Amino acid sequence: MTTKNIAGISVDVNEEGYMTNPSQWTEAIAKELAKEEDIELTDEHLKVAKYLREEHEKGTVLTVRKVGKSGLVDIKGLYKLFPGGPLKKSSKIAGIPKPTSCV
Amino acid sequence: MVEKKEKKPLKKVCIICAKGAIEDVYASLVMANGAVMEGIEAKLFFTFFGLDAITKKKMNRLHTGTVGNPAMTMPGGIPFPTLLGMLPGVEAGVSAMMKKQMEDLDIPPVDEFLDMITAGGGEIYACKLATDMFKLKKEDLSEHVIDIITIGDFYALAGGDNTQIIFT
Repeated sequence: MTTKNIAGISVDVNEEGYMTNPSQWTEAIAKELAKEEDIELTDEHLKVAKYLREEHEKGTVLTVRKVGKSGLVDIKGLYKLFPGGPLKKSSKIAGIPKPTSCV
Repeated sequence: MVEKKEKKPLKKVCIICAKGAIEDVYASLVMANGAVMEGIEAKLFFTFFGLDAITKKKMNRLHTGTVGNPAMTMPGGIPFPTLLGMLPGVEAGVSAMMKKQMEDLDIPPVDEFLDMITAGGGEIYACKLATDMFKLKKEDLSEHVIDIITIGDFYALAGGDNTQIIFT
C-alpha cells in the first residue's frame, strides 16, 4: 500500500491503483482516476460511481448484472461507459476495492 | 542476466460448448462473460448437446445428471446414491436446487446470461453439423446467435495472437 497524490490530495492506494480508504474519495479524484483509465468522466460515470459506493457501504457484492438492473444504465451502456473492464474500471474510479465477483 | 519477459495479456478466447448439462453450459457462459468483463474478446460455439443452451425451448430448462454422476453429493457431503437419482422428480428437483443457488449468487438464467455476454461484445455461434443432426433451424435458436457455422469457420474466427481455444 502506498500513498499517491491525486488531484492535490494524498490518497492511499494498493499496488493495482485501487483506493484502500474509500472515505478519502472526492469527485476530483474520480476524474483523475478516470483519466488514468483513458476515460473522460461525465455525469453518467459519476452516477454509476456513486451507486457503486452506496452499495459497497451496504456491503452488497457487486456484479455487472446488479448494476445493469439498478435502472441507471443497462449492461450495454455500462460497457460503453467503461470499455474493457466495466466493473473493474468503475470500481477503481468510485474509490472502492476491486470487485471479486465472476459475473 | 535475467531476460525480462514481456507481458502478453490474453486478447481473445474461443469457447466450444459441447455438453448440455447445466454445469457444463454455465462453465462456458461464466468463462465467456468473465472474458468480456476483462475486455477480452469472446466467441462461443455451441455444438451437440450444447445446442440446448441456445435453443429457445430448452435454454432455461437445463438439468444436471443425477444418475451415474460420480461428482454429485448430498448436502453435507454424503455420497449421492444412484438409486435415489433414478426416482422420478429427483433430477428436476436437484437441478432446480442448483439453479436457485446460482440465482442467489446473482448468476442469471441462461437467456439473460446470453444478453449480458453479447452486451459485452461476445459473439455466439451454433454448429452446422449439430443443427443438421438435431434438425434445428435458426428460428429455433436464441436471437443472440449470429449464425450457424462450421467448425472450419469457427477456427477462422479464432485466428490472431494471444488467442486461446477452450473446449468444455
